Formats: sequence, C-alpha cells, structure tokens
Amino acid sequence: MKTKVSDAKKAYKIQQWIAGIVLTLGGLLVAIPFIWMILSAFKPESEVLQLTPTLWPETFTTENFVYLFENMNFGVYLRNTIIIVLCSFVGLFFNAMAGYAFAKYKFKGREKLFYLVLATMMIPGQVTMIPVYLILNQMGLTNTMAGVVLPGLVGAFSIFLFRQFMSTIPDELLEAARLDGASEFRVFMQLVLPISKPIMAVQGILTFIAGWNSFLWPLIIANDESLYTLSVGLSLLKGQYGGNFALQMAGSTFMVVPIVIIFIIFQKHIIEGYTISGMK
Amino acid sequence: MKSYSKTTPYLFIGPALLLLALFSLFPIVLALVISFTDIDLAGLADYSNISFIGIENYINIFKDPIFLKSIGNTVFYVVFGVPLVIACSLGIALLINFGTARIFKAFRLVFYMPSITNVVAVAVVWTYLYNPQFGLFNYLLGLVGIPAIPWLQDPTIAKGSLIALAVWRAIGVNMIIFLAALQGIPKTYYEAAQLDGANNWKQLTKITIPLLRYAIFFVSITTMIGWIQFFEEPFVMTNGGPLDSTTSVALFIYRNGFQLSNFGYAAAGSFVLFVTIIIITMIQFRLQKKDTDI
Repeated sequence: MKTKVSDAKKAYKIQQWIAGIVLTLGGLLVAIPFIWMILSAFKPESEVLQLTPTLWPETFTTENFVYLFENMNFGVYLRNTIIIVLCSFVGLFFNAMAGYAFAKYKFKGREKLFYLVLATMMIPGQVTMIPVYLILNQMGLTNTMAGVVLPGLVGAFSIFLFRQFMSTIPDELLEAARLDGASEFRVFMQLVLPISKPIMAVQGILTFIAGWNSFLWPLIIANDESLYTLSVGLSLLKGQYGGNFALQMAGSTFMVVPIVIIFIIFQKHIIEGYTISGMK
Repeated sequence: MKSYSKTTPYLFIGPALLLLALFSLFPIVLALVISFTDIDLAGLADYSNISFIGIENYINIFKDPIFLKSIGNTVFYVVFGVPLVIACSLGIALLINFGTARIFKAFRLVFYMPSITNVVAVAVVWTYLYNPQFGLFNYLLGLVGIPAIPWLQDPTIAKGSLIALAVWRAIGVNMIIFLAALQGIPKTYYEAAQLDGANNWKQLTKITIPLLRYAIFFVSITTMIGWIQFFEEPFVMTNGGPLDSTTSVALFIYRNGFQLSNFGYAAAGSFVLFVTIIIITMIQFRLQKKDTDI
C-alpha cells in the first residue's frame, strides 16, 4: 500500500516535469522572434546578410537606431504616436463618464441607449472604414491629426467595463457627497474616479498599448509623412529598405520593447483585468 | 430623492455617445446607402457625379474573381486558424494550470507577450524570419538537412505562414480566458473522480472539457470573427500575394476602397462581410443552444 502511494507521487512528479519541459520548449519557440529581433537590431547590415547567421552580434552597433532618427523621420513618428496616446486618454475619460452615467443615474432611455452602445461592438471595422473616411473627408479632417484620432477615441467595450465596475459603488456614498454640496462633476472627479482606480489602471494600460500600436486610421487618413505614426513609418520602412533587415529589426525593436517593459511592470493589472471584466 | 438635474446624465454620456453615433452607428447606414451607388474619387469631389446603380455592385462583386478568391482564402484561414488557436491556447492553459511550481506563473507572461506587441513590427520581424535566403527558419532547417521552404512565395505555404504568425499572436488572450475558466472549476470534482479511480485522461475528457464548454464557445466565436476580419498580417507581409493567394476579404475591401477609390464597390464588399459575420454568429448560438438542451 505504501509503495503504491509513493509510486503515484513519483508519477505525479514526473508529469509535473514533463509539463514544465513542454512549456519551456513552447515558450522558447514563442520567444524566438523577439530574441532574434533584438539581437539583429544591434548587428551591422553586413553581418545580418551573412549566409551563416550569428546568434550574438559579432560587432555590436547602435548605428541602426541612429540611422532611424537621423535619416528617417522616426522622431516625428514618435511625436505623433505620443500625441495619439495622449488623446486616447481623453477618450478614456469620456468612456469613464459614460460608464458612470449608465451605472449610477436613472434617466429616460437609459437601457435603450446602453444596448445601442453594446451593439456598436458587433460592427466590424471594415464596414465603418469607408463611410468614416467619407465623413471625415466631408468635415475636412482628412490628413489632419484630429482625423487620425477621432474615429477610435471612444469604445463600447471600455464603457461597458466602466459601467460594470462603477455599479458596485454604494449610492449612499454619492448621496453623502451631494449633501455636502458637491456638484455632480465634482462627485465624479473626486469621489468616483479615485474609487475606480483598479479598472482605471487596466483601461489605462490597454489604452496606452492600443494608442502606441495604432495603425489603420493613421494609414488611411494621413497622406503626409509628418502625420505618420511609428507603425505606419515602420511599414513604410519595410517598403523602402526591403533588403536592410538590420534597420527593420531596429525599427521593430524600438516599437516592441517599450510595450514589453510596460507590460512586465503592469502585468498583474492586465491579467487581473480579465477577472474584473468577468470574461470567464 | 433625486438631487441631480434631469440633464446631468445626458451631459455625462453626451461626448461618448456623440462620437459612437458619428463613427459607428451612422457609418453603418451610410455604408449601406453608398453600396448602391458608384461613388469614387470623382463622386467624392462633386456629389452630382454619384448615381444610384441599384444592386449592380453586389452582382459585380460576386463575379469578381479576386473577391471569390479572397472568400476562398478567408475560409481557409477560418478552417485551419480557429481549431489551431483553440488547441494551442487550451493546451498551454491546461499545462500551466496543471503545474504547481512557481515557474508556471512566468510561462503565463511569456505566452501572453506576443498578443500585446505591434502587428506591424511583428509582421516585419516574421517576414525576416521567413526570408528564403537570410531568414532564420530556413537556416535552422538547413542545419538538420531539410531543403529551404518558400515560406511566403508558394501560394499554399504562404497562407500557412500567415496563419502561424496569427496563431502565435492569438494564443495569449485566449489562454488567459481558458485559465480563468479552469480556475473556476471546483477542486472537489477532481478529488471525487480520483477516489473513483479516474485517470488523468478521463478527468480531462469527462470533467474539464465539458465544464469549459462555455469558454470554448466564447473563444471560438471571437476567434472566428477575428479570422474573418484578418487584415494586417497579409497587408504588411505579402500584400495579398503571390497571385492574390493570401488576399483576405478585409484586404480586398481596403484595396478597393483606399487604393482604387471604388468606395461604393468596397462598401458592398464590406456588407457581404458584415452579413456573413452575423449569420455565422447566429448559427453558432443555435448550435450552442441545442448542445446545452441535451
């Protein structure tokens, strides 16, 4: 009997090891593109084009990154990307406001309007792509920063998440603040937003990542290189310097590494975000 | 007691609702209207150049060989992509959930990483990996004596190569959804099964998979919708080539709309896509309902 138990224990331990080894191999496979990208970014062009590739850069160089900023407009792309990220935080604020109203106010048409908001989640981007372009064109906003930013400013899913979270705030708390004479907007700014920190953190990180990665609208709306984002600039780089892989890897590294760092710092919030949203 | 004025709620929802109405709801109507017109660049400059042509766009689009090809390609992406994403993300989630050591938490991060990175950057990196001469993949294959594979040059292999990249990106989010669902299964179920002498495989097929049914359903719908809208990867990596063998429906719409400026024609294409998504979602809900009835 005793040996049977220890046998089962042994078998369990072996299974644990197998799971670990399979995941390690899979993880390595998943990580290869990142590792290869970063290592290649620091190699000179000639080394990348060797028929026998080197793993570790033989000659370590940062000239690819310097080239991106000096000979290409990566500085401008970076500025535009940061502008888009900042604007998308204004959108996040609008989402929070709407989520709060749907959670805590009673008003005519509340349910209907909320369902309308949810319905917009079902609409694929390809359907709205062309009419939105025509609308922006009519408003004279093509080839402007406003045109790049406006279409993606607010999102139904974000409103939905804010509503879910804010409906857990006790009404008594809001009433107390009102009795103290606080205006509705002050209640929202100084009471509701601080309480909603956890959901704000999740949404803030996701908003940052989405803004940093924004590609389709800048691509459609911006004709001028002075409005390009990093993503659009990178796809331009791939077209212009198709054979210079070291340069392409430097551009990609410049886009990916900041996100990876932010992700590692805030990963707990992001992964918990799925539990908050109740996506089970 | 209501201490706020009647207009306050509307002021709060106003900005968001206005933007959603302008950039999500109204465009649907507009897309439907222009899909019955011949609007192009000339029409954009002067609206008097636009004329209603009825369902001509819809008739022409189903005669367009490239559109038909893009439908075929998209079906290929869905048929191979959806099961692959579910199998990979579920498999990884099961392994991570099974592990007890601390290292297994770190695996969550590693597998999640690709899903937050920029599509364009990642597509550029994979194009380099796939390069027939200087790419890492062919070099590694060469080391074990396998001849070079034309990853992005052969029509069928190119589709597979794009799927590999998209699966790599899709694992993370779906894995997290499966992990959350797995942690929701009460441990007592497994303890009871073990007392009855059920082995691991039995526990997996009789307890875990059935209880994950809702999560699998959710992931399969969202993944399928994602594959139907497959766009960035073929756009950046192959631009639809070789010979339109990787052109997806979404890429076809983009190209007709913004490169050829056939706005009306592209809008008709986008409505075909929209209706397809609605129908497939409805069928899946039906099947799911039937499934739970039994």
